[in-house]
Amino acid sequence: MAEQSDGGVGDGTDRTPAARADVCVVGAGPAGALVAHRLAAAGADVVVLEAGPRFDVDRRREQQEAVIRPGMGDPWEMGGPRDAYTTGGRGYPLNAARVKGIGGSTLHWQGMVMRLHERDFEMQTRHGVGADWPLSYADLQPYYAAAERAFGVAGAMDNPYAPPREEPFPLPAFPPSHSDSLFADACERLGIDMHSVPNARNSEPYDGRAACQGYGTCKPVCPSGAKYTAESHVRKAERAGARVVDHAPVQRLEHDDDDRVETAVYATPDGREHRQSARQFVIACGGVENARLLLLSASERYPEGLANSSGVVGRFFMDHLFAGAGGRLGEPTRQNHIGFNTSECHQFYDDSEPVEGLKLEFLNYAGPSPVMEALGADTWGDDLLEQLRDAYGTHVAIGALVEQLPDAENRVTLDPSERDDHGNPVPRVEWSLDGRTERAIEHANAIQHRILTELGAEVEWTVGPDATGPAYHQMGTTRMGSDPESSVVDADCRSHDLSNLWVLGSSTFPTGGAMNPTLTIAALSLRAADALEAAL
Amino acid sequence: MELTRRDALAALAATGSAVGGGVLAGRYGAPTAESAPESEPTHSSASLSTPLLDLLDGVAEVLYPSDVEGRRAFVETYVLGRIDDRPSYRAGMDEAAAQLDALARDWEDAAYATLDVETRDRLLRGIGVETADPVPDGTLTERVRFYLVNDLLFAFYASPTGGRLVGIENPIGHPGGIESYQRESMSDAAATPGEQADDG
Repeated sequence: MAEQSDGGVGDGTDRTPAARADVCVVGAGPAGALVAHRLAAAGADVVVLEAGPRFDVDRRREQQEAVIRPGMGDPWEMGGPRDAYTTGGRGYPLNAARVKGIGGSTLHWQGMVMRLHERDFEMQTRHGVGADWPLSYADLQPYYAAAERAFGVAGAMDNPYAPPREEPFPLPAFPPSHSDSLFADACERLGIDMHSVPNARNSEPYDGRAACQGYGTCKPVCPSGAKYTAESHVRKAERAGARVVDHAPVQRLEHDDDDRVETAVYATPDGREHRQSARQFVIACGGVENARLLLLSASERYPEGLANSSGVVGRFFMDHLFAGAGGRLGEPTRQNHIGFNTSECHQFYDDSEPVEGLKLEFLNYAGPSPVMEALGADTWGDDLLEQLRDAYGTHVAIGALVEQLPDAENRVTLDPSERDDHGNPVPRVEWSLDGRTERAIEHANAIQHRILTELGAEVEWTVGPDATGPAYHQMGTTRMGSDPESSVVDADCRSHDLSNLWVLGSSTFPTGGAMNPTLTIAALSLRAADALEAAL
Repeated sequence: MELTRRDALAALAATGSAVGGGVLAGRYGAPTAESAPESEPTHSSASLSTPLLDLLDGVAEVLYPSDVEGRRAFVETYVLGRIDDRPSYRAGMDEAAAQLDALARDWEDAAYATLDVETRDRLLRGIGVETADPVPDGTLTERVRFYLVNDLLFAFYASPTGGRLVGIENPIGHPGGIESYQRESMSDAAATPGEQADDG
């Protein structure tokens, strides 16, 4: 038996490879966690390799303090040589947009979980843009329901624009906020419909997790455990027998002569490399690292990267664009009590002019938080109190997510000019916006201004095409499709090239819609889990 | 406006400090569906010297609004909780306090805590604390901002009483439940969110 080693972490946990597993999952975010749990529960021998650490849930309030107090660092410890990257075009803030660790980016997400609309699966057929998905909304519908049950989604059946659903949400929706009620009158006069937000956040206790306590720091840290994180399904997977190894970044995948992946080579902090073999391999490490790992795994047979005979691995990188506007009212708006939203509007989502999807969010956190404002102020005492009273209390804001259609020139590549802590070329993210995306953002701004004006607010700021930024939803880099010539995986998320390689996550989205992607990630992962189980 | 022990405990809830394991684990901790009922507060095993408490209270008097009562007890409860089981944080705070006191003795020939409030204010501004970044391993000015000024401001404005002065009874960092965001105006102080942490 090989000697055990904690890989230099210092916690005594063995990080040497297990015997050949049924399934090796790379990445312990929501996609990897759900698949690992389902397959382990079905009796499969599962090993999960995660690049980041296991964050102690007992330290979550300390992490929250780091969010509120400047000078305490990133609570999720992103950055440094492990996470080095380069970027081009408009530039992409990659390390603000992801977390490495058990739970992945659900550790810092806000937890908004909408289904894509039916049209999102057939944008080429309906509108002549983007690409069709190789499956329909109906194909995914039962898995959406299963994903909502897995997350414990709090929602209501009050959205007239949502796609068909078969059953109520698992948990009741969070009631609307006071500021929602202010918006409601203005929107009604304009003929604009507001409705509830499906939240992956407990409105009452669910699945062993507490109800929301109102800490107000949901993104990036929920101390109460009410917000779903994939830690939940990692724990379930471990209880079902899965082995989860943290601090174990996979360096490359190696295949045999029969187009089957044989080994995941991972490193530990002591610099040693280890080899985990398995019958099936799942990569689920996010929209950038999925593509990067395939590119890093280039071989003599696949010189352009594993699973990349189509040449599209890394291409069609997309995100959602934030558009927003805000100002102040002549009355209290009661902002920053909670860190999530309770009302949205999907009324304009399926429009054809412009065709880019658009959803509006009525923010419950417009303007400054007094405590955070105080910690950055340049005065104190009575002067500070007066400043805070002036700064807080009457802000309103409307945000929006706007769709970005796929563009092959927006892409993830390897940048050999810079190396990570294990000597691998870092990812390079080329990301720009085209004119039609900018016009779609302006369209969102125009609706936002109409509502704010009707509300009687003085518009003080607008985030339009110049100031916009990504919503931290990395998509498109290993797109799914029916044709191996133009896509990386099929509708089951299985690689066209290598029959035992599965790629999960929003990297498989051919188009991104304008809905937060994690519920769709989860639904696709649960669907892939069924196919994987059948393949074992 | 009076600061209470409950305010100090509420502020500590946002830090993850372990003081009063019962009350903080029960009322403010990360609960599960099977959380035990709340228990009564217990006391920290940490202690503060009188000179250190004098200095911290002297800084707090500069930082807090002028009509605050109960400040010294609030500062003591909060800081005891803050440093309990966090030796490196305590060391940083001790060092920043000692160096601020040494500066007062150099410049004013007196301990910081014995100076009048205007002189204490002027001394902090004199070394640039009001515009400094908070840096735990930075210059003296940056460390004073981090360990003394920002910590005490955090305690005050993350508490329901401090928040109420500004118009928010459930400030960020405080687990004040999910009722207040739905209300049109602040609830009465008697029904502060700190007493409703299990709502919803």
